[in-house]
Amino acid sequence: MGEAWKRFKKDRVALVGAIIIATISLAAVFAPLIAPYDPFEQFFEGLTIEGAPRPPDGEFWLGTDLLGRDLFSRLLYGARTSLIIGIAANAAAVLIGTAFGATAGYVGGWVGIAIMRFTDLMMAFPALLLAIALAAILKPSLWIVALVIALVNWVQTARVIYTQTRALVEREFIEAARAAGAAWPRILMVHVLPHLVPHILVWATLGISVTVLLEATLSFLGIGVQPPTPSWGGIIFESQSYFLSAPWLVFFPGISILVVALAFNVVGDGLRDALDPTQRGRD
Amino acid sequence: MLRFLAGRLFQSVFILLGVTIITFGLLFLIPADPVRMIAGRSATPQTVESIRRQLGLDQPIPVQYVRYLANLARGDMGRSYVQKAPVNELIASRLPATLQLMGAAILIQLMIGLPAGIFASTRRNRPSDKAIMVFSFVGISAPQFVVGLLLIYVFAFKFELFPLGGYGGIGHVILPALTLGITVSGWYSRMSRSSMIEVLRQDYIRTARAKGVNEWRVVLVHALRNAILPIIAMIGIDIGLYAQGIVVVEAVFGWPGIGQLAWLAIQRVDIPIIMGVTLVAAVGIVVGNLCADIATSFIDPRVRHS
Repeated sequence: MGEAWKRFKKDRVALVGAIIIATISLAAVFAPLIAPYDPFEQFFEGLTIEGAPRPPDGEFWLGTDLLGRDLFSRLLYGARTSLIIGIAANAAAVLIGTAFGATAGYVGGWVGIAIMRFTDLMMAFPALLLAIALAAILKPSLWIVALVIALVNWVQTARVIYTQTRALVEREFIEAARAAGAAWPRILMVHVLPHLVPHILVWATLGISVTVLLEATLSFLGIGVQPPTPSWGGIIFESQSYFLSAPWLVFFPGISILVVALAFNVVGDGLRDALDPTQRGRD
Repeated sequence: MLRFLAGRLFQSVFILLGVTIITFGLLFLIPADPVRMIAGRSATPQTVESIRRQLGLDQPIPVQYVRYLANLARGDMGRSYVQKAPVNELIASRLPATLQLMGAAILIQLMIGLPAGIFASTRRNRPSDKAIMVFSFVGISAPQFVVGLLLIYVFAFKFELFPLGGYGGIGHVILPALTLGITVSGWYSRMSRSSMIEVLRQDYIRTARAKGVNEWRVVLVHALRNAILPIIAMIGIDIGLYAQGIVVVEAVFGWPGIGQLAWLAIQRVDIPIIMGVTLVAAVGIVVGNLCADIATSFIDPRVRHS
């Protein structure tokens, strides 16, 4: 692990990504202290005389939205939504994926085949469309959106963990444990799982960028987090018909989504390189 | 070879059957009663009952599933609750627009992703490779609706080079195809880079270099010749990314394809259409993967025997 950290520190792109993640996470946690305004308050002076949103200026740093609310404050609170859903949904997805992948890989036989055929099936299912159908059926709220995303996003982890577990099962120390009479749940938890940690860590990071994007997309389609809860995709959804006259309402939340997804991607990629140097530079 | 093909074909049919079970299952999860949706609010209990019988919804669930499959086999995907038209006709009338958009997007994906991936593979771990890989992550991380809206703002609104949206000639297709192409080419350049690297480290490449063949010739003729078909076959796998992208991009640009159909259906909770589009997309993904498998197995016999 120490070696891995040394390698990770050398990767300047990943390091910048990590700093960005730390900054945005802090901003999200301390949003109530940083935000110059209440994100829900509709300011009378937040709209121009014609009733249009105000462009960025000294008073409202990133401008205001259609209802005269401060965009900067809403973005800060939106970071909470994005990160909570991104991290929670991805943690759940990685958990499901690891459970399925490790079980299929260790137990093998028809159970393994059944689980892996099921992941094949999920791969053929367009995740966004499945999420849309689920979100349309279950009334969308913050936790439902996270659940929906977790239900469609565990497949990648399951496949990686399955392949890794298959390779581990062949190793001698597992055979030794089995010969010593250890029960399979114990072998799985004590002997197999620790070796899977690097792969789990990589997916726990890379996957967040996927969940953040999916949440933003669902909110943009109007079936994600519901107003008035600020979410970056939702802000764009609300203001898309005005975006030609108020482009900042698309630009700032859009950049926020891009930066967060990008940061988790480069950090995940850097982790993969650092934890498994044989894979360096490969996909 | 034949055994491999038959096996893959069997697997695909199996997967598609599984997909129908999920779409069918989702129909039962909706809290809204489809009969009520069709009959309308003012229907008498007798009408509701007769519609329920007509749709076969009074039958046991396995019977309903078999009937659903039989209908699908005939191309019948049920009727839209809102548009009062058969789902298969709605999809068929909009499919050409979607295929047109995807064709243009794949062209852009190739034009950006292929050269970027090849170039990066020859500069492995050097600054230009790192820069291209970071850019490819930007493509992967960019939300398609934001890319689309920004392209509209800059190229359609500020510079008035293209129409703001809608369907028509080549001018209409460029911005939506760019949106899809840019985002997918992020994945594509990474994939083509890694398969080029795989080829470039083989012995025959070292031999060619040792013989004094020009480096560009080594890369573009000797290596690319072996890497190109698997790279092209990857497009089959990318169909999954497109299936997601078309919903967003067609919604942003008002492109009248099946993605927009699905988007309109979301807003009216028109489940049969959402399920229909999902099925069509799943068929596209399965067929795309099958084509990719077949193509790679033709080129590389090792795949057939693994």
